[in-house]
Amino acid sequence: MKRRDFLKTSAGAGLAAGAAFSLGGYGKLWSSTNPLPKYDMIALMGGEPEAMFDLGIQELGGMGAFVQKGQKVLIKPNIGWDVTPELAANTNPMLIKRIIEHCFKAGAKEVYVFDHTCDNWVNCYKTSGIEKAAKSAGAKVVPGNSESYYHEIEIPGGVKLKSAKVHELLLETDVFINVPILKDHDSTRMTCSLKNMMGVVWDRQYWHANNLNQCIADYALFEKKPALNVVDCYNVMVKHGPQGVSKEDLVQMKSQIIASDWVAADAAAAKMLGVPTERIEYISIAHKMGLGNMKLDTLNIKRIKM
Amino acid sequence: MRSPLLRKFRILFASVVFIGFFIVFADFKSIIPVKYLNILLYLQFVPSALKYFDLKSMVSVGFIVVILLTLLSGRTYCSFLCPLGIGQDLFSRIGGRIRRKFRRYGFKKTHTVIRYTLLAATLIVTMIWGLYLLTLLDPYSIFGRFMTYFGKPAVIEINNFIAGILHKFDVYSLDHITITGFKLLAYSVPAAFFLLIGSLSLAKGRLYCNMICPVGTLLGLFSKVSVLRIKFDESKCTRCGRCSLGCKSSCIDFLQPNVDVSRCVDCFNCIDICPEKALSYGFVKIKRKSEAPKPADTDKRKFIAGTILLLLGLPQLLRAQDKKAPVPKKASTVRENKTSPVCPPGAGSISDFNKECTACSLCITICPNKVLQPAWVEYGIAGMMQPVMNYHKGFCAYNCTKCTDICPTYALRPLALEAKKLTQLGKVNFIKDNCIVKTEKTACGACSEACPTKAVYMIPYEGNLLIPETNTEICIGCGHCEFACPVTPYKAIYVDGNPVHLAAKKPVNVQSDKPAPSEFPF
Repeated sequence: MKRRDFLKTSAGAGLAAGAAFSLGGYGKLWSSTNPLPKYDMIALMGGEPEAMFDLGIQELGGMGAFVQKGQKVLIKPNIGWDVTPELAANTNPMLIKRIIEHCFKAGAKEVYVFDHTCDNWVNCYKTSGIEKAAKSAGAKVVPGNSESYYHEIEIPGGVKLKSAKVHELLLETDVFINVPILKDHDSTRMTCSLKNMMGVVWDRQYWHANNLNQCIADYALFEKKPALNVVDCYNVMVKHGPQGVSKEDLVQMKSQIIASDWVAADAAAAKMLGVPTERIEYISIAHKMGLGNMKLDTLNIKRIKM
Repeated sequence: MRSPLLRKFRILFASVVFIGFFIVFADFKSIIPVKYLNILLYLQFVPSALKYFDLKSMVSVGFIVVILLTLLSGRTYCSFLCPLGIGQDLFSRIGGRIRRKFRRYGFKKTHTVIRYTLLAATLIVTMIWGLYLLTLLDPYSIFGRFMTYFGKPAVIEINNFIAGILHKFDVYSLDHITITGFKLLAYSVPAAFFLLIGSLSLAKGRLYCNMICPVGTLLGLFSKVSVLRIKFDESKCTRCGRCSLGCKSSCIDFLQPNVDVSRCVDCFNCIDICPEKALSYGFVKIKRKSEAPKPADTDKRKFIAGTILLLLGLPQLLRAQDKKAPVPKKASTVRENKTSPVCPPGAGSISDFNKECTACSLCITICPNKVLQPAWVEYGIAGMMQPVMNYHKGFCAYNCTKCTDICPTYALRPLALEAKKLTQLGKVNFIKDNCIVKTEKTACGACSEACPTKAVYMIPYEGNLLIPETNTEICIGCGHCEFACPVTPYKAIYVDGNPVHLAAKKPVNVQSDKPAPSEFPF
């Protein structure tokens, strides 16, 4: 082989390898390598958010069952409102911190946190305490305030929502962990795992204008589904949701629900909130569309009281 | 003193002030705490004077300090403290680089009639009718508008460019910011002034300050009796005329030799230029000399043509950035019936506000939610360019009092956060016939979700549906409901302004009687 040819081929190979490397992240997107966990759902009660998560994730075989070494993880809390953690309109920051720590312990290469907030995002990130907590655990806290971060995706089979612009991190990361907080909601009656997805899309107003319940269920058709839904039910806003007015809106339930199936997680959350599941229309729509199982009696639920 | 350090000191000092102001107005990340901003704003002549006459207290005597400074040292304010003046020096310098061989300032006679007519007109109009002319001509407010309309968007563009690059490397420390732009017509006045002042300063130095600016003219009157000024050592002067050619204010008549102190802005360039060291800055006894008339300047046409061009072009570019409105399912049919615009918190009432705001636009640029937009004719001609709440662009954040903290003229008075949360800027109005819940028979609730006081709440409607209901007693008119409403072109919920702000009732909230589950309910 001539030297020139050698250089040419090696350069070519290098390019190809580099390309394959950079595309690798996307390739992993659709393949789920999770081993089957023993339980469909872990429900915990009576502990602090971090302790409940520690125990819950252990029952599911540890975070290693969901996050492989070198993977990129996206954690999506609810950071919608410019209020302090005591008012429980946003996910508990300490819970977020603990989940991030578990991800890194399982060998995650990078953990990202973001939300498309309702109030001014800088203030929400700050006041909620989530930015500080996530950064202290080593996660990257990413803005979701500009349309330039969002990319159009198709939702095949969507009845009302046939496409949406989703945050690029949802497309670029390998593992997606949904960490909603359970709250009353003034039109859908409850916001939890499925409705938390209104914070990964750009144009929420479209959902509101085009049959909100159907759009929420339609979104669940999108291929990138959460590996885990961790529902924060520690302080639960039982009225005036999703924003709340004052502490009088809260009931301390000291609970947590962990499940991969978000329809099941929402059905269990509805019971916690004390709202008949059939009144929360998107749960039954999603169930009928085969996006999850709302029949809790058919599930293998591990209930833990601490 | 004839030390070259004088000029260097002026440049250093002015740079610090200018950069300070630039950062204040371009601070799109709200990094600088408000208390530091107030230090810079304290010595701004017009805002400080307005605040003084409004408050009638010694808290705001910045403008008196400026007058005393002028009596002592001449128009140093114009070179050291005025951001518009310093900006013009920057332009003059650029102009000098471009036309190095051709530009010579030289001595020009003063535009006495124009100057004093404008000063008198500004004073009279302000005292009798209101701030119309002062709003147009106050140099600080002009600078503020330049920064708000052009400077900050440019800085954000640069930020977005860098953020885009960082973003490719998975770094999110800078975030992309959408530039929303203002109403097209709102750009006309700042654009015209930018072209006028920009071109005058490029070619003619401080001509704007010595012909149009009422503050410059007023301080010019005081500086006529100032103690410190530029003086000639006639024994050393060779009448070479270099000082005159290099004088941005065109105020050195080297043949006499004499400096027109009413126009001299104490830039100290002449001291540096003079090869014989015949010029110095120091105590001078007032002596009268007759002014030798010189031919007037020409050439202004190009600017006007350019003004019109840019007026048409620039706003188009900025408008193009505007966020797309969401596609409505069905167009709404009932027009919103807004009887009054909504003026910002701290304004007290529209009439008070219109009398005190010079449209410096600092609140517009500092508002984190972009709800403050320049008015066109919402307040009538009197309130052009003053900030008005625009709930289609944004909403007033419940936990924010930035605009009231920063206002340099006191048109927006400081409000404690708890007081702001009970200040009713306007009242909510619900148009059921436009509402998704009624027209589409599907759930929505975007307005109620957004409401921080639950002045908008949901009540049972047909079947499982819930529909909004309003309680104007606890509504503070923040506009979050109007902003969130997905219906177009007319919203189903909107805020009608209170011409005089009212006090809202504090929302009452009772502890939920839902019991905490002791067993798993599933």
